[in-house]
Amino acid sequence: MTRITPSGVMRFFSFAGSMKPLFSRGSLYVLPLALLTLIPLAVVLSSFLQPQPEIWRHLAQYVLPDVLRNTLLLVLGVGCGVLLLGVPLAWLTAVCEFPGRRFFAWALMLPLAMPAYVLAFILVGLLDYTGPVQTLLREQLGYAGWFPKIRSPGGVVFTLVLALYPYVYLLAREAFRSQGKRALEAAQTLGLTRWQAFWRVALPMARPWLAGGVMLALMESLADFGTVAIFNFDTFTTAIYKAWFALFNLPAAAQLASLLVLFVLLLAWLEARSRGARRFNGKGGQGARIVLQGWVRWCALALCGAVLLAAFAVPVLQLVLWCAKVWAEDADRRYAGFILRSLMLAGLTALIVAAAALLLTHFTQRFRDSATRWLGRLATLGYAVPGTVLAVGVFIPIAWLDNGLVFLLQALGGTSTELLKGTLVVMLLALTARFLAVGHQPVEAAMQRITRNQEDAARSLGVTGRALLWRLHLPMLRGGVLSALLLVFVETLKEMPITLMTRPFGWDTLAVRVFEMTSEGMWERAALPSLCIVLAGLLPVLILVRQTEK
Amino acid sequence: MKLKTLFLSSLLSVCASQVWAETVTVYSARNEQLIKPLFDAYTKETGVEIRFVTGTEGALLERLRAEGSNTPADMLITVDAGNLWQASHQGVLKPVKSATLEANIPAHLRDAKNEWFGLSVRARTLFYSKAKVKPESLSSYEDLADPKWKGKLCLRTSKKVYNQSLVAMMIAQHGEAKTEQIVRGWVANLATDVFSDDTAMLKAIAAGQCEVGIANTYYYGRIVDQEPNFPVGIFWANQKTDGVHVNVSGAGVTRHAKNEKGAIRLIEWLSSDKAQNLYTDKGMEYPANPKIKPDALIAGWGTFKSNLINVAKAGELQAQATKLMDRAGYK
Repeated sequence: MTRITPSGVMRFFSFAGSMKPLFSRGSLYVLPLALLTLIPLAVVLSSFLQPQPEIWRHLAQYVLPDVLRNTLLLVLGVGCGVLLLGVPLAWLTAVCEFPGRRFFAWALMLPLAMPAYVLAFILVGLLDYTGPVQTLLREQLGYAGWFPKIRSPGGVVFTLVLALYPYVYLLAREAFRSQGKRALEAAQTLGLTRWQAFWRVALPMARPWLAGGVMLALMESLADFGTVAIFNFDTFTTAIYKAWFALFNLPAAAQLASLLVLFVLLLAWLEARSRGARRFNGKGGQGARIVLQGWVRWCALALCGAVLLAAFAVPVLQLVLWCAKVWAEDADRRYAGFILRSLMLAGLTALIVAAAALLLTHFTQRFRDSATRWLGRLATLGYAVPGTVLAVGVFIPIAWLDNGLVFLLQALGGTSTELLKGTLVVMLLALTARFLAVGHQPVEAAMQRITRNQEDAARSLGVTGRALLWRLHLPMLRGGVLSALLLVFVETLKEMPITLMTRPFGWDTLAVRVFEMTSEGMWERAALPSLCIVLAGLLPVLILVRQTEK
Repeated sequence: MKLKTLFLSSLLSVCASQVWAETVTVYSARNEQLIKPLFDAYTKETGVEIRFVTGTEGALLERLRAEGSNTPADMLITVDAGNLWQASHQGVLKPVKSATLEANIPAHLRDAKNEWFGLSVRARTLFYSKAKVKPESLSSYEDLADPKWKGKLCLRTSKKVYNQSLVAMMIAQHGEAKTEQIVRGWVANLATDVFSDDTAMLKAIAAGQCEVGIANTYYYGRIVDQEPNFPVGIFWANQKTDGVHVNVSGAGVTRHAKNEKGAIRLIEWLSSDKAQNLYTDKGMEYPANPKIKPDALIAGWGTFKSNLINVAKAGELQAQATKLMDRAGYK
């Protein structure tokens, strides 16, 4: 099913093999998109111009050993966890038939709308020593020392897996849905059992999607600060924040952040390399679902139910209970504005990012040289940078440009001191830089389903260049683009650091409300905006379901 | 269409507000719900419009630095003297000469160069389990390093600035070597992993996970406000020696303020009799202005002697304190 083509044009990152030009026509097209991320990254990298040997010595001796071990644990734990949870769930709802399948197919996407730090706070609140569960156990049994510690490495991984598995679920489902049944049927006629067919055919064919989903989950875990802070689990991001906010050394923080980016680049390169020049074409077309029988179908139901309960139902219930308590104090007319602005911001960002991701994928596919490909990879690194660091990386060049323009205008007699900064445009640019990876992964994965034959056929019919985008890529990437829209929409709703730093005066959103409450430890009062975020996130999930469940 | 309108209106509002009504523009690291009521009251009283944006301390500081002379901000409000000291150190604030502020704010709660002024006081002191600890057995922060507290102490993470400030003040007092010894003693006495916030730590004392801990009083106040029978008591630390460690939230005028006079008037107003209770009560903090009585609930905890070393010292020594805690294994 997977075809190995001669290496050459399609080899990813073959920079060692033969010298390829650094620039090509394709990279010129991709450059404007990549600049959005490259400029902030350059700002972050420029920190190396100010070496900080003293801080580094301290960090290397007392901070980094722990932090690196924890980060590695996090990457391995979350990586395996999201696969082990996301893939079976996706397979069950995309390919099988069991009671409740139609409901779970979309409901299992819901945890996407639950910010990871909110989930973390709720789980710690419920399951820690002082929480209701352990208190009840102590009251009933007199002793609850056997209860697993939630504030532990296992607890962090558990929480992040529950919060991030939807990436893998969403993308794997798209893969299983689009790869068609024929391959599986063919494998079974060739003597494989259904189980073998899953491992040897369905899973390898879904690889770009799985890799994309895991990559997103890992980048988010690596850049996460809020969730690990609640568990007091020190990761690489903790070291970055420590260097910046406690040692007041932004250059050292930026240097650490660039190492994080390098690590992600390495992961992406390893994945692309091991994937090689394979393509992952499917024939599409929905066959009959595998109808689960006997106890298996009840197991399927129980698994889906348990995940939905832990990752969504229980946390939402807790939020609702808190809301009931603080409702009178917090709900006011301004909430209409918060919700409206959140929706607008998320909608605009989703559209811009999806369009950018489509263009990026289209160009890297059309011009298959390594320079274009590399630039494409670099363009999607914004997601691996901790939000606050990226926010500064975006803001510094914008303020610089703004100061230059203001200077020019003042020379011409103007009096304004602000042109770009403090406008919505800046916020949208910064959010696009951050979420391009989120939009790019599903679109790029979907591109793998377009066969070489289809492209050749299109070309032989005179569909080339830009027409290829409109008449072949866009229609065939519909599923991927819809996933991108959904993911970016929900991510933007939850995003905090960039919104905080670049929003215009008075442009408070739901996420800003959450920040206002949580920054002083008032988690219960953050329930109302958190719940609104979850509800607003339902909207695109429902739209996506209508579009894909026909 | 809508986007265009919004874009234009946000541009317009930037230009327009400076033309028609007097406006003071504020960057605030203090929460919206704590400052908005004050700003509304000020606008009602004086007619001056206040435009503000909230954010995290570090990000607001970088924003001010990046904007340079074109910053729209006239004033910076932030929590913790460490952050105020850092803002002053990085040159984004300017000295203010105001007899009112000098009269209203005691010297140890403001910058020596008058670049910033504390507006509310936050006391960080000891809390104990009423069931398990006799208050007589408590004395000071330093005493919590004594082996008699082994397995009984709860602390919040060293990554929180409040603990960095506390340890910084201890360095100012005892020197680095002795402070490190004390912090190592704390770590050895911990009953469980450090907590990510004061509220969780206080609840752990109540639940019996540990017996003593260090927290800011307003977190305690918020819990007691909800549960009057909360089984945790407050103890004023170091009363026989140097006094309770206090910190401030405060404000300063930005170096490139366009409306410097307006910003000074606003800070003066915030330090005045009229505003101090409004500024501090909602957050259950203590007024910085010594003439003003705190909220009834927190007044009930009694008065205390506070440490009179200038809070700016906390900022100066913060990085040193952080490194010390890293060395001592305080997470």
